[in-house]
Amino acid sequence: MNTSCQRLLPFLVLASLPLSAAEKLEFNRDVRPILSDKCFHCHGADAGHRKGDLRLDIRAEALKPAESGETAIVPGQPERSEVVKRVELGHDDDDVMPPEKSGKPLTSAEKAILRQWIAEGAEYQGHWAFTPLKKSSEAIKDENGKQLQSSAVIDYLIRKRLSKEGLTPSPEAAPATLIRRVALDLTGLPPTPELIAKYESNWSTKAYESLVDELLASPHYGERMAMQWLDFARYADSNGFQTDSSRQMWPWRDWVIKAFNNNKPFDQFTIEQIAGDLLPNAKRDQIIATGFNRNHRINGEGGIIAEEWRIENIMDRVETTSATWMALTMNCCRCHDHKYDPLTMKDFYSFFAFFNNVPESGTIMGKSNRSGGNSDPVIDVPDAEDEVQLAALKKKIDAAQAKVNEAELQLPNLVASWEAEMESPESEKKEMWDALPITDVKSEGKASPRKLPDGSWIIGGRNPNNDTYIATAPLKEGQLTGLLLHALPDPSLPNQSLGRAFNGNFVLSGIEAQITAPGAKPVKVNFTRAEADYSQKGYDVKLILDKDPNNGWAIDGNDPKKRLERKAMFVADKPVAVPANASITVKLIHSGRFGGHNIGRFKLATTNDDPALVSLDGTGGPPEAVLAAMKTPTEVRTPKQRAELEKYFRSAVDSPLRDADYALAAAKAELEKAERALPNVMVMQELPTPRDAFVLKRGEYDKPGEKVTMATPAVLPPMPKDTANNRLGLAKWLVDPSNPLTARVWINRAWEKFFGYGISKTAENLGSQSEYPVHPELLDWLASEFIRSGWNMKAMHKTILMSATYRQSSKVTPALLEKDPENRLLARGPRFRLEGEVVRDQALAIAGLLVPKVGGPSVKPYMPDGVWDDTSKYGDLRGYKADTGEGLYRRSFYTIWKRTAAPPTMLMFDAPSREVCTVKRSRTNTPLQALSLLNEVTFVEAARAFGEKMIREGGTTPEQRLTWAFKRALARAPTDKEVQVLASGLKARQAKFQAEPESAKQFLATGTHKQASGIPEHELAAYGVTASVILNMNEIVTKP
Amino acid sequence: MNLQDTLNRRLFLKHSTQLGAAALGSLLAGESLAAAPRAFPNYAPKAKRIIYLFQSGAPSQMDLFDPKPQMAKHRAENLPESIRQGQRLTTMTSGQKSFPVAPSMFKFSKQGKCGMELSELIPHIGGVADELCLIRSMFTEAINHDPAITFCQTGSQLAGRPSIGAWLSYGLGSVNKDLPAYVVMTSFGTGRRDDQPLYDRLWGSGFLPTQHQGVRFRNAGDPVLYLSNPAGVDRPMRRQMLDELAALNEQDFQTFGDPETQTRIAQYEMAFRMQMSVPDLVDTKNEPQHILDMYGPDVTKPGTYAANCLLARRLAERDVRCIQLFHMGWDHHGGLPKAIKGQCNDTDQATAALIKDLKQRGLLDDTLIVWGGEFGRTIYSQGTLTETNYGRDHHPRCYSIFMAGAGVKKGYVHGETDDYSYNIVRDGVHVHDLNATIMHILGINHERLNFKFQGLDMRLTGVAGNLVKPVLA
Repeated sequence: MNTSCQRLLPFLVLASLPLSAAEKLEFNRDVRPILSDKCFHCHGADAGHRKGDLRLDIRAEALKPAESGETAIVPGQPERSEVVKRVELGHDDDDVMPPEKSGKPLTSAEKAILRQWIAEGAEYQGHWAFTPLKKSSEAIKDENGKQLQSSAVIDYLIRKRLSKEGLTPSPEAAPATLIRRVALDLTGLPPTPELIAKYESNWSTKAYESLVDELLASPHYGERMAMQWLDFARYADSNGFQTDSSRQMWPWRDWVIKAFNNNKPFDQFTIEQIAGDLLPNAKRDQIIATGFNRNHRINGEGGIIAEEWRIENIMDRVETTSATWMALTMNCCRCHDHKYDPLTMKDFYSFFAFFNNVPESGTIMGKSNRSGGNSDPVIDVPDAEDEVQLAALKKKIDAAQAKVNEAELQLPNLVASWEAEMESPESEKKEMWDALPITDVKSEGKASPRKLPDGSWIIGGRNPNNDTYIATAPLKEGQLTGLLLHALPDPSLPNQSLGRAFNGNFVLSGIEAQITAPGAKPVKVNFTRAEADYSQKGYDVKLILDKDPNNGWAIDGNDPKKRLERKAMFVADKPVAVPANASITVKLIHSGRFGGHNIGRFKLATTNDDPALVSLDGTGGPPEAVLAAMKTPTEVRTPKQRAELEKYFRSAVDSPLRDADYALAAAKAELEKAERALPNVMVMQELPTPRDAFVLKRGEYDKPGEKVTMATPAVLPPMPKDTANNRLGLAKWLVDPSNPLTARVWINRAWEKFFGYGISKTAENLGSQSEYPVHPELLDWLASEFIRSGWNMKAMHKTILMSATYRQSSKVTPALLEKDPENRLLARGPRFRLEGEVVRDQALAIAGLLVPKVGGPSVKPYMPDGVWDDTSKYGDLRGYKADTGEGLYRRSFYTIWKRTAAPPTMLMFDAPSREVCTVKRSRTNTPLQALSLLNEVTFVEAARAFGEKMIREGGTTPEQRLTWAFKRALARAPTDKEVQVLASGLKARQAKFQAEPESAKQFLATGTHKQASGIPEHELAAYGVTASVILNMNEIVTKP
Repeated sequence: MNLQDTLNRRLFLKHSTQLGAAALGSLLAGESLAAAPRAFPNYAPKAKRIIYLFQSGAPSQMDLFDPKPQMAKHRAENLPESIRQGQRLTTMTSGQKSFPVAPSMFKFSKQGKCGMELSELIPHIGGVADELCLIRSMFTEAINHDPAITFCQTGSQLAGRPSIGAWLSYGLGSVNKDLPAYVVMTSFGTGRRDDQPLYDRLWGSGFLPTQHQGVRFRNAGDPVLYLSNPAGVDRPMRRQMLDELAALNEQDFQTFGDPETQTRIAQYEMAFRMQMSVPDLVDTKNEPQHILDMYGPDVTKPGTYAANCLLARRLAERDVRCIQLFHMGWDHHGGLPKAIKGQCNDTDQATAALIKDLKQRGLLDDTLIVWGGEFGRTIYSQGTLTETNYGRDHHPRCYSIFMAGAGVKKGYVHGETDDYSYNIVRDGVHVHDLNATIMHILGINHERLNFKFQGLDMRLTGVAGNLVKPVLA
């Protein structure tokens, strides 16, 4: 396809521009690309793979005699230079360079360049992107010595080059075209008729400037800019990898939108995303920003080795950070020194060390692997309403605490009177729990329970998502006050743990007990107290007693160190009488959202002891230490004894103090629950002590070599003084004015955004293998001006957009197309296909369906059946159900993004999968795109709604309506020919739909948009189909 | 030929090295592009197309392809350390107290004239043993599914690289102008329905232009997304819409001179043709009963492996370059004997039928078939070993796959594993080697098919891959 051909012909413009013989070669422009691509692989920075001990990337080395005794380069004397001799050998000669098997022969032009360069003295230059930026105060002057500023610099430099090439710039595009172009570029939305009316009629440069200012101030500017940042940041709503369950990073995405809208300076934008958490007194927003480096995938596949994937997380951060800010391919140094750039493995792992200190496991095992959720570290993101609720709950805790404090004052008195009432300390002591002889266990989920010799029961066979076990046992006469559940590990269970989930965990969400006896009414036991010897964070055993069937008690069964027997007891509010010949049925309910998290092996016990005295440890009454204290006369008790006694009393004996303690615990649990319900976002955090970092041999997690410390690559300027050597220092280093890369990288990409290609085409890589910039002086001036402006993003965009270069018409002649097919020289304005998101957003906007709300959780527009479910039965992102209402019509980049099955239309329009950092999208032109625009519900519904608007708002005749439609969709009036083509088609469709009312009805039933009443259906359908033709025009999907 | 095509041709002829032309014959390119000069194939291809039957989840080699009768006498013994050699295990079994040897419950016997030993689980495949080139010495690097499947398909364990089909589409282009060059079909197995899931990236285009991504035929609804006109719009009306659209776009081209516009017109026409060619392709109602019978009873159920095998043949007949089936359900950590029977029931007959059907049509002569998963399974039992039950964990050190058809030896077994099917003792074949060999058979030198990305010449086989010459016919 055309576009891909263009991509495949790098250096095209340069290669097609003949070198005038008189002009001296420039190393970076003319020679380095040849050496880098054809020679450095074996004669470059990577010492491990260097051949013949010859290094060509450093002049002094290239001038020394090599292993063979020959000298590669003798300046001024190509005849004596081995390089020239060897490259000019016949391709079948064994000694030819590059060797035949490299598959990279030099062209004769390239050979001539090497010869000429050596003849001219073989001067080297440092790699262009690594050389320091000149200050922009060294202003650009025109031929008359006049200092140029801002956009004028762009036009001056572009035109200087054009005139050298014998080209002339194009005239300015028509106002309406320009309005559409700049609106699409800055907001990703077509201009409204009002906006066009406001500016088109009294068009001037001033008016254009106001328009640019207005668009820069639009809340949709931030969305438009964030769109690409999400590709860099590999942002998604799922964890990626095998299970690909859900995660929630939209608060970070909203931070990005806000940052662009508030014109946060790029240096601050950088510092907060890399290391906002390490700023002094970091604000919540600054911590949220660090979500950038938590957007990577996290693996949760069963059986993985956590450390292997923790290392991969860091690899990803290094790759993403270096590609995003520096356009360097540092990941090449994972296994060996860089082949092309002066970056070593040690540089790589020293950079790695900055990101190695996050308190993370490397996996999402057991936590949110299947059910979804964020992995630590996270930060809560409360909204204003949440803040109010949290404040109220905290107040409640304060009040409960005050009551506890008050009651505590009575503690010595309470203990004294309790002791006074007691017969003897020993009378308090007795074995409390009687093992329950379970005779039968049934599984509602058709699992197969089996009794083990020790009286416990193990559950085998099927493991449904939510099982309930019903255990039955005889119960001895008397009373019942409590139930004790033992959960036991077993070698046959997953991970030899306690639960049946694949990871060995369980979540018990409910427990019910009922006593039955012949002739008596069944009695349900009302449990009001629950305690366990261990509860997983967020899964306290008390949650079993609340009414919520989703939460419950879990025991970290996925953690290899925690696969131990666990006990939980449930105590009744008051003793329940047990008649003779009674039996008890106990229901263990697993109704949580974690599939298969059922207990694997258990046994039960009961007690008839005083509810107030029931305790977990199995022996009723005070433990030994407390008994000893009680036997000691009050006046000689040590403070420790007093404390132990009081502690026991407080937890075991019914008293006003215990009531107060319970109330406080309940209030705290309520707050914890509310906090758990808050949206949160994954963020960076630094361990108090950094982890050791090593060079990893062959890049493998289990092959540590030399130890390294945090450091930036040696070839680049050092970290600024007064910065700490940590992630924050790294962030500051990235945006230090001495860093030659960051500003160039960002400017180059801004250029790419507006003109289709960067000034250096290889926007993803400005290393040695990059394309030499087609307008080097301009790139450097813009970059230094960007720094000088205080990294002002909106100002930089405005400078570019105000240029006459940007404002040119994009019409092209065959001659110009042949000379400059990719429009690198910019003798015409930019013209290329819009991104997938913009294609869809535009259709919704034109149709009047777009819901322009900014930010918030991701949404679910229409999607064909099976996109999620055809290829996976894992994770919680299955059974896609489209939203109703506004979720169908939000901007496309709010669409929920599952990485292993991403929104198909976006993929067809070249969106990346967001599994890894993607700096550049391809731009293809395929029949699948045509099918989508013609047939997908979203686009058909938009056409239907647009057709209806044509009728309602476009006037009364077909010609008026078509004219109105063109203005709305394309910001221009149609030509006579266009009206004629569409009007005749419309007429035919009106007749056809009138003759086939059923077809009209069917067409109008696409999508959920309600059609207007009072317009005949055949009219609506005919205009709808006509609108579909308009919405499929090449001009629609193309930036004008 | 439109302006941009002319231009591209000219530019290409002027500047091309070994690259470049490849993409001219791109996946769904307009027909005018197909005539462009091409650097690939590098040499006369043995196969024009490939049907890759991927078995997701890792089929157990010692229960299907790699007989180890001597294991019977070591039943339930702990796997000797001399065999395990400290090699890493997944955390699903690394905590096991013992690693009891679980001999296969299934009988092997010599099949065909070649006498290839195959399991009773795959009698139909056994029936075509004389067509097979069995490799018993495959090995890989990853020990978990996601990275391992990704590695097979893209040559890298991590996301971001193009899949083998995308590389072939990019390198060889499309022969059929009405169908994609790379078609993917998926099916759930009955052995263990949830394992292993699949991901878009397995047929993705990575850093290659996106038109090279595999087009997944769907099991319900439109076989290709958005293929059907909206309700109420019939084919004549669509034709008229496209005529109007072409007229409008032609005017756009006259005004702006942008060659992309011409391409877009051509792509809409191809879309229109696909609306005929795809339904025709998937409509199997005219297949004679004896052909349907060959593929087995599932063949009439859309979305089954058998139905997909029949479609694979129909795609091969239409010269689709790369046809890939993914069948899920091979991940048998527990209850293997029962689960593997389900999987074989899904795949055995249909796989053999596909080979026979291609052969009787003469298509096996220029079609390469590959059948295999992402790694092997352990000889030791995961979980309890009983008389009738065992499970097997992941095992990347050795596994079996087979090839058939164009370019490979028939009735041939390559490589050998030790008594425990744990280590390779002879002729190991790495995933990169297999991919290099597949590309070779399709006429591509795997070291030559590369794409510049981030300044590097990237290829499917990384910096590795050796042609496995002994398997070549």
